[in-house]
Amino acid sequence: MTKLFTYIRESQIWKSIFRHGYPDTPRNRTLAVLSNVFLHLHPVKVRRSGIRLSYTWCMGGLTFFLFLILTLTGLLLMFYYRPTADKAYEDIFALREHVPIGVMREMHRWGAHLMVISVWLHMYRVFLTGSYKPPREFNWNVGVILLVLTLLLSFTGYLLPWDQLAVWAITVGTNMARATPFLGHEGPGAALVSFGGIDFIHAGDDVRFGLLAGRFVGEGALLRFYVLHCVGFPLIAATLMAVHFWRVRKDGGISGPL
Amino acid sequence: MHLALATLLGGGGAPVHDGPIAAGLKNFSNWLTEPTRYSVASILAVVGILYFRKFFAQVWVITAFFALSTAYFVFAFQDPNFNAIITKPDNVPIVILFATVIFFSWLALRRAVINDERTKRGEPTLEGELAKQKVFTWPDLVYTELICLILFTAGMVVWSILITAPIEEPAATARTPNPSKAPWYFLGLQELLVYFDPWLAGVLLPSFIIVGLCAIPYLDLNPKGNGYYTFEERPFAIAFFWVGFLLFWVSFVILGTFLRGPNWSFFGPFEFWDLHKLEPMVNVDLSTYFWVELMDKPRPDNPFVREAPGIVALIGYFLVLPPLFGKTVMKKLVEEMGMVRFNVFMHLFLWFVLIPVKMGLRWTVDLKYFIGMPEYFFNV
Ligand code: HEM
Repeated sequence: MTKLFTYIRESQIWKSIFRHGYPDTPRNRTLAVLSNVFLHLHPVKVRRSGIRLSYTWCMGGLTFFLFLILTLTGLLLMFYYRPTADKAYEDIFALREHVPIGVMREMHRWGAHLMVISVWLHMYRVFLTGSYKPPREFNWNVGVILLVLTLLLSFTGYLLPWDQLAVWAITVGTNMARATPFLGHEGPGAALVSFGGIDFIHAGDDVRFGLLAGRFVGEGALLRFYVLHCVGFPLIAATLMAVHFWRVRKDGGISGPL
Repeated sequence: MHLALATLLGGGGAPVHDGPIAAGLKNFSNWLTEPTRYSVASILAVVGILYFRKFFAQVWVITAFFALSTAYFVFAFQDPNFNAIITKPDNVPIVILFATVIFFSWLALRRAVINDERTKRGEPTLEGELAKQKVFTWPDLVYTELICLILFTAGMVVWSILITAPIEEPAATARTPNPSKAPWYFLGLQELLVYFDPWLAGVLLPSFIIVGLCAIPYLDLNPKGNGYYTFEERPFAIAFFWVGFLLFWVSFVILGTFLRGPNWSFFGPFEFWDLHKLEPMVNVDLSTYFWVELMDKPRPDNPFVREAPGIVALIGYFLVLPPLFGKTVMKKLVEEMGMVRFNVFMHLFLWFVLIPVKMGLRWTVDLKYFIGMPEYFFNV
C-alpha cells in the first residue's frame, strides 16, 4: 500500500501537478499554498487570532462558499429553464415533477437567502472589529460593492420563477425607480427635463422603463433579469471577489491588533 | 407538510380555546408589536443593552434568552395565525436571521467587554494574545475551512430535502396580491415608505446608505479598535452601527415580514390577516399646521408660499445645523476631521437622524409631510 502511494507520488504525472512533497514540513507547507492558484489567495502564514471562529465568524468564507454552491446549482437549473413568459413558470413547476429527489432548486433558493444573511453578518463583523480602518479602507469599499451585487443577484433571481410572488415583488421593488429624481416620470424634477414643451421623461422612457424594458414587468424584463442574473452580475461579482481576497492578503492578512 | 408540522406541535386545525394566561400573553404580544411600541421598545433595548453591557455579556443571559425564545416559539406555534406566517418556507431564513444576528451581537459584545476590562488592567486583548503566534495556512486554516464547509453543506442538503421551495400561482399582471411585498431584504425600505415618499425611501435613502457605507473608513479617524472587539475605545461608532444595522435594517425586515399584512397594515403576531382591516389616515401636512392652525388662515395657493414653513425648516436643518455645531459643540471634531470630512459626515448623519425624527413626529402629531408639493412630486 505504502509502496503504491510512493509509486504514485514519484510518477511523472503526479509530480507535474504538485510541485512539493507532503505538506508536513515548513518548506512544503509554504509551497502547498504558494504553488496552488486557489490556495495562494491565502497568505502562507496567518495570525492565530485571525482564524478563530469567534473572531471572523467565518462569514466571509461562508459567503464565498455559498456563491460557489449557487453557481453550481444555478448552472444545473439553467439546463431546465427557458426565460420566456410562457415557458418559465412551466419549467420551474416541472422541476418538481420530473426531477427525482431534486434539491437543486431548494439548494439554490435557500442558499440565496443565506448568502444575503451571511454577507450582512460579514459586514457587521468587519465593522465591529474595526477592520475597515487603514490599511483596509479600499477593501471595505470593494466589500460594499459586493454587498450591492449580492442583493442585485438575489433580486434579479427573484423574478425568474415567474409566479405571483416573483412578479409582484419585482413590481413593488422597481416601482421605486419611477420616483427617481429627474429620471423617473414620477420623480421630483422630472417635469423640468423638457424642451420646447416636450417632456423627455415619461412612463415610456424613464429609468424604470430601462430596467424593465417596458412599462410593466413583462417578457422583456424577464429576459433582462435572466441575462443579468446568470451572466452579468456573477461575472462582476467573481472578479471583485478575486480582488477582495487578494487585497485581504496584501493588506496584511485578516486584521488583528498591531 | 405545513399542516403535518402544525399538528405535530399541537396547533393548527380547529381554533383552540386559550386559557387566561395564554390569551393574556397573546394580547400582550399583539399590543407590544404595534409599530410605535415595537420601534420604541427596540430603541430602548439597544440603548439598555449597550449601557448594561457587563450584565448582558454573560453566558447565562444569552442562554436564558434563547431558552425563553424557544419556549415562546413552541407556545406561539399552537396559534393558527402565528403558525400560518412563521411556517411559510420563505420565512425560515428570517427566523435564522433573527437568531444569528442576536447571537453574534451578543458574542461581539461579550468579547468587547472582556477586551475592555483587559485593556484597563493593562493586559493584551483576547486577539492580541493570539496574534503574536503565526500558524501555517496549510494545514490550520485550510482544515478549518474544510470542516466548516462540510458541516455547512450537510445542513443545506437536509434543509433542502425537508422543505420544498414554494411556487405560487402563475404570474398574472391583472391580479395584485394583497399584501404585495418586495423581497424580504428590502422590507426595511418598504417600511420606510410608511413615512417617506418613494423618491426618498426607495431611491435617495438607499443611495445614501451605500455612499455612507463607502465613506465610513474615511470618516472614522479613530485609530483605535482595529483588529479586535471593543466598545469603550469607539463607543459612538459601535452604537451608531447597532442602531443603523440592528434597528433600522434587521428589525425592520422582521417587522415587515411578520407584522405587516394586507394594505401594509399592522397585524400582531396572533392576529388574523383580515383584508378589510383599515387604519384611518389622519395625517396632516406641516403647512396645514402652520397656516390653518397657527395663523388661522386658508393655505395660500402658491405652492412655494404654502410650503415655506417646511422649506425654511429643512434648509435650517441641513444648512444651518452643520456650521452651527461645527462652531460650537463639535469644534474639536472639525479640527480633527477638516471641513470636507466634517460636512460629508454631518449631512449623511442628518439624513440618518431625519428618519427617527419623522417617525416620531408621525406618531405624536400625525405629521404627513414637512414639504408637500404633489404638484412637483416633491414631498419630504
Ligand atoms: C460577496 C461578498 C463577500 C465575500 C465573498 C467576502 C469574503 C471575504 C473573506 C473570505 C474575507 C476573509 C476574512 C473573513 O472571512 O472574515 C473577507 C475579509 C474582508 N471583507 Fe469581505 N466578503 C464579501 C463582502 C464584504 C462586504 C459587504 C464588506 C464590507 C462592507 C467586506 C469587507 C471586508 C474587509 C474589510 C475584510 C478584511 C477583514 C479583516 O482583515 O479582518 N466584505 N471577505
